[in-house]
Amino acid sequence: MTRLYLSCDSCALSVGADELAQALTAQLGEQIDLQRTSTRGMFWLEPLLEVETPQGRVGYGPLTTEDLPSLLAADLLNGGDHPLCIGLVEQHPYLARQQRLTFASLGHNRPLVMEDYAAQGGWSGLQRALTLSAQQIVDEVKESGLRGRGGAAFPTGIKWQTVLDAQAPYHRGFDEAVKFIVCNADEGDSGTFSDRLVMEDNPFQLIEGMLIAALATGATRGYIYLRAEYPHAHRVLQQAITLAEQQGYLGEAILGSHHRFHLQVRLAAGAYICGEETALLESLEGKRGMVRAKPPLPALEGLFGQPTVVNNVISLASVPLILNKGGAYYRDFGQGRSRGTMPLQLAGNIRQGGLVEVAFGVTLREILYDFGGGSASGRPIKAVQIGGPLGAYIPPAHFDTPLDYEALAAIGGMVGHGGIVVFDDQADLGQMAAFAMEFCALESCGKCTPCRIGSTRAQEVLARIRQGEDAEDNLALLTDLCDTMEQASLCALGGMAPYPVKSIVKYFGEELHSVSQTPSAGGQH
Amino acid sequence: MAAHIPLAPVESSTEARIRTLASDLKQQPGALLPILHAVQDTFGYVPECTAAVLATELALSRAEVHGVISFYHHFRTRPAGAHVLHICRAEACQSMGSAALERDIKQLLNIDYHQTTADGSVTLEPVYCLGNCACSPNIRLDDAIHGRMTLARTERLLQQLKEGQA
Ligand SMILES: Cc1cc2nc3c(=O)[nH]c(=O)nc-3n(C[C@H](O)[C@H](O)[C@H](O)COP(=O)(O)O)c2cc1C
Ligand code: SF4
Ligand code: FES
Repeated sequence: MTRLYLSCDSCALSVGADELAQALTAQLGEQIDLQRTSTRGMFWLEPLLEVETPQGRVGYGPLTTEDLPSLLAADLLNGGDHPLCIGLVEQHPYLARQQRLTFASLGHNRPLVMEDYAAQGGWSGLQRALTLSAQQIVDEVKESGLRGRGGAAFPTGIKWQTVLDAQAPYHRGFDEAVKFIVCNADEGDSGTFSDRLVMEDNPFQLIEGMLIAALATGATRGYIYLRAEYPHAHRVLQQAITLAEQQGYLGEAILGSHHRFHLQVRLAAGAYICGEETALLESLEGKRGMVRAKPPLPALEGLFGQPTVVNNVISLASVPLILNKGGAYYRDFGQGRSRGTMPLQLAGNIRQGGLVEVAFGVTLREILYDFGGGSASGRPIKAVQIGGPLGAYIPPAHFDTPLDYEALAAIGGMVGHGGIVVFDDQADLGQMAAFAMEFCALESCGKCTPCRIGSTRAQEVLARIRQGEDAEDNLALLTDLCDTMEQASLCALGGMAPYPVKSIVKYFGEELHSVSQTPSAGGQH
Repeated sequence: MAAHIPLAPVESSTEARIRTLASDLKQQPGALLPILHAVQDTFGYVPECTAAVLATELALSRAEVHGVISFYHHFRTRPAGAHVLHICRAEACQSMGSAALERDIKQLLNIDYHQTTADGSVTLEPVYCLGNCACSPNIRLDDAIHGRMTLARTERLLQQLKEGQA
């Protein structure tokens, strides 16, 4: 019997992995043992079928059921050669050049099989944490230099320290002096999917990270606030939590200790602003997702007024390894004040889109060309937007910038959640500037005027500029509006929505007037 | 969250069912969103009487409940078609031509966003990222995401729906 591997991740499913699995089973039945694993994160190759051979796993992709006859004729079950064969998967340069720490298990585990998680080193971080004091756990995370991967890049250890030191008041609804761990799984930024990968492909890693956060801070309850756009992740997480409860990882007396931790998934309802941590907390409390003024910090008065850790999925999923191997191990990756690895997500018009986890410091050019292989269309890359819908559009002149928090900030960009969206020379960036403001208007929580009204005004002004009406006056007006939004908005939605617009004005100004031209008019760059 | 089967609107039983859904969930703090999800999963939308029923059940004002329902894009207050088709409008999908796909699908179905086809089979909604941005452009049909979409593939999916295979 030959062992085959095929991903059950929603990306693989979205391009036909289940149909392929059915066809394989129908045709090969007893001859194969088909395992549905996590994805490798090489999404342009999905569905990627891997065959176990004495030399290692040989990969084929992207496949459709129509490729099966020719694959079988090419001796698929012995790793035979075929136009869609990529050779030994582990040696593929895309993977071989990465430093996968947080995503080390990708491709090696079945997401909901606990034995697979343990075989990949799962639960070792938790086991070590159970032998440490809360302060020792916090110190380990501080030592790692981990900064929040959700966007704001705040040091995770310092946030945990605040919650550890906070005195929780008694809460009637929970009948205890409760502290919370809230996992921000709203992953609203376009071009990002690393949170989804953790949740769908290795859900126990997130559970372990949240457990360690609970031990570190004295929290007894946790919520995963999950975006409604991820139905597959929702199902996987629910099952993973049930399994973890059955095995004594969640609930009372975690692994026989005196610690307890209860974890629930809560589904969001399609509002980008609920990724902002205070709006998220309002939403978890059953209210409109309105941003709260800070202070008080959520760490001190968070969910239901109790001390609360709010961390992104990737931040939490990085913690098991930090506890397992030590903070210093993690810190030794990266450069400057950007420590460890960053799971970058290559998306949009890119030939080899997928997950690229590397230590901080790799340049944008290496990511786009060495990993990404250039644009999907084969045309010149004109711009990349990094860090989601509030991130700047960066021109090729800056492609040699190393990816770290400070270096990107120096050119007006941001790492954010690590999404990199690629545009070729046919993209209409004037349209993207208008879209940035349209999105801000659509998603504004409405609490402050510069964001609520300013974004709508900016759309109108942009439309006039694109029609060629009083371009100069309107451009001045646009700059004014952007400045006001930046300076007077309560949160980063209104405060940063001007970034994409201003970057387009700065680097691609002539495209603002391109509304009447053909789309290829951007090709002069 | 499977395909929504429209139900006969018998008002009194609707209220009773919403009350039952609420009573299962309302003990937990911050129960309003979970309850609204349960309501929409059951009816395919949030019926008009929901605000009044939940206001009583959760000791909130009707305005508060209404405010929450209207804040979130996910909750719809009118019945949906048998299937819901979301088209991703976010940046990565745009970089791979989602604007043209969007235009073509609207034309094919002869409806705009937030509308339902004349035969009641499909409701069209925009969505801002489905987390599949390396395989853009993307759509979501009920609970399944479909990547590398083209008009032809969309047509095939809709055809399969008609034949009851999707
Ligand atoms: C408009 C807006 C949207 C945000 N969306 C997300 C999100 O989807 N996921 C996330 O983890 N953080 C998001 N954040 C950042 C959170 O407010 C917060 O910084 C983060 O959850 C903290 O976790 P971390 O320190 O682990 O990154 C968003 C912030 C803003 C202003
Ligand atoms: S900037 Fe916008 S989203 Fe943020 S608080 Fe103000 S209105 Fe709400
Ligand atoms: S931008 Fe369309 S799936 Fe992310």
